[in-house]
Amino acid sequence: MSGMNAMGARHPIDLTVNGQRRSIEVFAHHTLLDVLREDLGLTGTKECCLVGECGACTVIIDGRSVDSCLVLGVEADGAEVTTVEGLAVDGRLSAVQRTFLETGAAQCGFCIPGQLVSAHALLADVPHPTRPQVEEGLAGNLCRCAGYEQIIEAVLSGADLGSSTADDGRDQGRLSTPAMGDRSATPDAELAPQ
Amino acid sequence: MRAFAYERPTRLDDAIALIDGHGPDARPLAGGTDLIIRLRDGSLRPRIVVDVKGVAELDAEIREEDGFLAFGALTTMTDIVVDGRVGRDYPALAEAALFVGSVQIRNRATLVGNMCNASPAADTSPALLVYGARIVATGPSGTRRVPLDEFFVRSGVTTLARGELVQAIELPRPTGRRGSVHLRRTRRRGHDLASVTLACAVTPDGVTRLAYGSVGPRPVLVLDDTGLLADPTAPAADKVRRLEMLFAGASPSPTSMRASPQYRLAMLHVLGLRAVATAIERLASGASQ
Repeated sequence: MSGMNAMGARHPIDLTVNGQRRSIEVFAHHTLLDVLREDLGLTGTKECCLVGECGACTVIIDGRSVDSCLVLGVEADGAEVTTVEGLAVDGRLSAVQRTFLETGAAQCGFCIPGQLVSAHALLADVPHPTRPQVEEGLAGNLCRCAGYEQIIEAVLSGADLGSSTADDGRDQGRLSTPAMGDRSATPDAELAPQ
Repeated sequence: MRAFAYERPTRLDDAIALIDGHGPDARPLAGGTDLIIRLRDGSLRPRIVVDVKGVAELDAEIREEDGFLAFGALTTMTDIVVDGRVGRDYPALAEAALFVGSVQIRNRATLVGNMCNASPAADTSPALLVYGARIVATGPSGTRRVPLDEFFVRSGVTTLARGELVQAIELPRPTGRRGSVHLRRTRRRGHDLASVTLACAVTPDGVTRLAYGSVGPRPVLVLDDTGLLADPTAPAADKVRRLEMLFAGASPSPTSMRASPQYRLAMLHVLGLRAVATAIERLASGASQ
């Protein structure tokens, strides 16, 4: 067991961000969001609600999308992190990034980095999602301009373009179930106002 | 966020020693979806945060053991949602896990954390209660198993002793057919904390188990062994009267912002009646356990 770390001490961490190895020292009480924006200068990831409701700070850690405001930077030691800056490959926008532009999915644009990261995480898992799967996959990303129709359309067209990920035919997805993205399949939906 | 010391022990003994040694000044960290919010808003001010994700004895596995299914301390809601065995044998738990937050939250939030946080509104508590879940807690004096019904005290308080960590949650394997379901009521259709949450399981011997949350300081488990609720032909009015007796212990907070006590109680009965009907249907169809 390591010695007791003092309060306010800096912790050395090694992580891979957008394919690049980074070794930095972070305060334990700084979130991954703080570390990405302030220590690594990756300001594409946005700070907004800070309680895990809006999704503006969404990043992918080891293949799963998370709210980076609810992860300590020190927890990312050894992790592979993808931010919105890592979605384009060799300077070329991903299919979904292009369809976001084409459909005018961005209005004020503030939520878009998080929407894009969630879209990538969804399509990596479910290459050809249904509309309900897109709705549920992006339900953790709020858009105050309420541009949801265009955002959903952009994700669906991005998927049609083959997306940024290989289509291995597993439309069910590792992280999805038949019920996923279709909460109306549960009897609870009867209670929802129509 | 205020500064705190951070430790990431690799052995369970070391994690327990840290939690035990610091007592109320220490907080364990797994998914962090509740803890980090409370560290930031200052409602929790631990001197040390003990990240248990590096502990060799703790994992995210859902394991078939002799007579039960065990969920490791690091099992996330996403792990539960995608597990075929959970969907088949414990559908109310799969349904409840799918209602937790968003994809991002489910990818991080753990089942064990949801129990240890002991929120009366926790989505997965009612399902775990109707399935007879046990908490496996390990502390300085060894490992013990506690029925989940004896684990909750009130909001944020459990019967865990100083120095104890929850290592796993065990669900007894179903002994026969079973129909079960999870229902919840929220203010709005999207993601929200539950105003009422309820799970129901009906077995062919006529026993109905109901557990409900968000209508009192802790989730409550009740049982109807008269056969009335499980009887598809029993008049609804009789079932309503029976549910009124079973729900007598509900005591919703008068100060909660999410819903008035009157509304919660009314919805508790609506959910109860619907859940019983759905559980009976599922038992009859045999499609799910």
